[in-house]
Amino acid sequence: MLELINVTKVAGGQTHIHPTNLKLERGTLNVLLGPTLSGKTTLLRLMAGLEKPTAGEVHFDGADVTGMAVQKRKVAMVYQQFINYPAMTVYENIASPLRVAGESQDSIDREVKKVAELMRLTPYLDRQPLSLSGGQQQRTALARAIVKKASLVLLDEPLANLDYKLREELRAELPKIFAASGAIFVYATTEPSEALLLGGNTATLHEGHISQFGKTISVYRNPVDLISARTFADPPLNTMAFVKSGREFKVADSGPGEASAHKSLPVPAHLSGIADGPVTLAFQPHHISLAAPFPSAPKLRVKTLISEIAGSESFVHVEFGPSRWVMIEHGVCDLEPDTDVEVYIDSRHLMAFGSDGKALAAAPHDDSHRAG
Amino acid sequence: MATQQSPSPAAATSVAHVKREGPKFSWIVPLVYIVFLMIPIYWLVVISFKSNFEVMNSFSIIPQDPTLRNYKVILTDSSWYLGYVNSITYVLMNMVISLLIALPAAYAFSRYRFVGDKHLFFWLLTNRMAPPAVFALPFFQLYSAFGLIDTHIAVALAHCLFNLPLAIWILEGFMSGIPKEIDETAYIDGYSFPKFFIKIFIPMIASGIGVAAFFCFMFSWVELLIARTLTTTSAKPISAIMTRTVSATGMDWGVLAAAGALTLIPGVLVIWFVRNYIAKGFALGRV
Repeated sequence: MLELINVTKVAGGQTHIHPTNLKLERGTLNVLLGPTLSGKTTLLRLMAGLEKPTAGEVHFDGADVTGMAVQKRKVAMVYQQFINYPAMTVYENIASPLRVAGESQDSIDREVKKVAELMRLTPYLDRQPLSLSGGQQQRTALARAIVKKASLVLLDEPLANLDYKLREELRAELPKIFAASGAIFVYATTEPSEALLLGGNTATLHEGHISQFGKTISVYRNPVDLISARTFADPPLNTMAFVKSGREFKVADSGPGEASAHKSLPVPAHLSGIADGPVTLAFQPHHISLAAPFPSAPKLRVKTLISEIAGSESFVHVEFGPSRWVMIEHGVCDLEPDTDVEVYIDSRHLMAFGSDGKALAAAPHDDSHRAG
Repeated sequence: MATQQSPSPAAATSVAHVKREGPKFSWIVPLVYIVFLMIPIYWLVVISFKSNFEVMNSFSIIPQDPTLRNYKVILTDSSWYLGYVNSITYVLMNMVISLLIALPAAYAFSRYRFVGDKHLFFWLLTNRMAPPAVFALPFFQLYSAFGLIDTHIAVALAHCLFNLPLAIWILEGFMSGIPKEIDETAYIDGYSFPKFFIKIFIPMIASGIGVAAFFCFMFSWVELLIARTLTTTSAKPISAIMTRTVSATGMDWGVLAAAGALTLIPGVLVIWFVRNYIAKGFALGRV
């Protein structure tokens, strides 16, 4: 078990990691999800022992390893850049942790061949890493991490520099490869979809704070605060200031004289418990659509801005009062800009946050309509 | 050569004609330049195969009566050939010392931030800008005090003042081209720092070491003033010996030319071996 106790990192007068507590169990896959500069890499480096925390302690299996040299820890790390030893062959690259550990030539040979087979590197064992494609280079780096049989494996956006196809392929393989080893896996990524595909646990990271840690699906479904919800939304989360009064959410700044039709939403059942007053409502871009998700879905009138067509889906940017939202529509959806359209909000998935950003009530666990 | 699609054949020929005109005579300029550069070297080699009589009394582009006497003099007379031995000795010593110090120094400059690192780095280069003559007197005084005059190590150390900054500068460029993550990966794999440095890092900057060694060699091999000031007899470099060929019978032109021709050989050899690395060094913008 890896345990971070009040770990803090300050460098050059800037706080990179605010006091952080985290417990990662053996045999789990943990995703660090956060935008660039949120401190993912720093946190991984603190876990690896490449950097010493300014304050706090790192415990591994109950022992304090805070100041321990990285060589003595059983860690493996894979970087976003393809990091291999360019002067060695792929075989020697994979063999290097075993060679340092002083294993016999026979067992090194056996292990390297086995891992090379797993990572489909067998034909390239005699080549130099730089003569390989990016995917093969990264597979070499991953192979080196696997062969070490480390008890803590850190992956810092390992697939970010790969092309789409390879990324999908490796993403599907990685959890399987790693699940067998019983080590703690920490996988840093900027992409919410990657976290969901990998499953396991997710910690959402924002400006050096871990805002939430838990099962990936439950963090996604029930973010504890707006920051967590925003981190876990791609395209960006749609938010809007409303005022709850009785059984209605009214647009916060709707002036007098404006038609109240399409300017308010009925309070859905799961949010009925919250107190009257200002709330920030948030929903994922796929919970707003031109077609009604269920018969009595509430409608809002919005103005279209621009449609980005990606083929299988379209991202329609719309304006609602001062807020700009993104709506994901299936297939090609080419709406004229600057037209008023009526859109449906899937109010079952509405999230409500108070003025302090904390979640007021969680969306219900309901697997009959998939949230993915 | 690019050929253009043209509607009329006449226009096509004229285009082709114009295009061919340039490359056709463009070799003349470099050829003239190279011939100009090579004339002194050719002349040196030609003289080395002539007798003194021929050198003084006739003008011939090709030796009329080729002789190997001049080379025989150098290769049999110990006062001559020991000059080469001395030069090579201190040049190699200097290369080894410079690289052994420059490697860790350059690593520190490329990997760590410390107070005044940039100023120190620039100051190193300013050493290189000072003319060697400035240092001749202080070096002589200093080495006399330590009894190092007329030793190989004295010259080798003195040349470090000029070669070390250059070697650090070149190596730092090569080292900074290597991502820090490789260092960390090695530590994670379990390498200790010395093991990582020797087994992983040095092979990666091999070309940089080649380039740095080349520049150390070149400076040390051609430097005359300090080498002559710090030596008297037993460590005298070949370039200093060459300045003392005036004998009772006058100047021995043939032997002098032969010595000069032989002096060129190590330089040519070194350039031949590092020519690919030098190109790489230029590409990295540090040479």
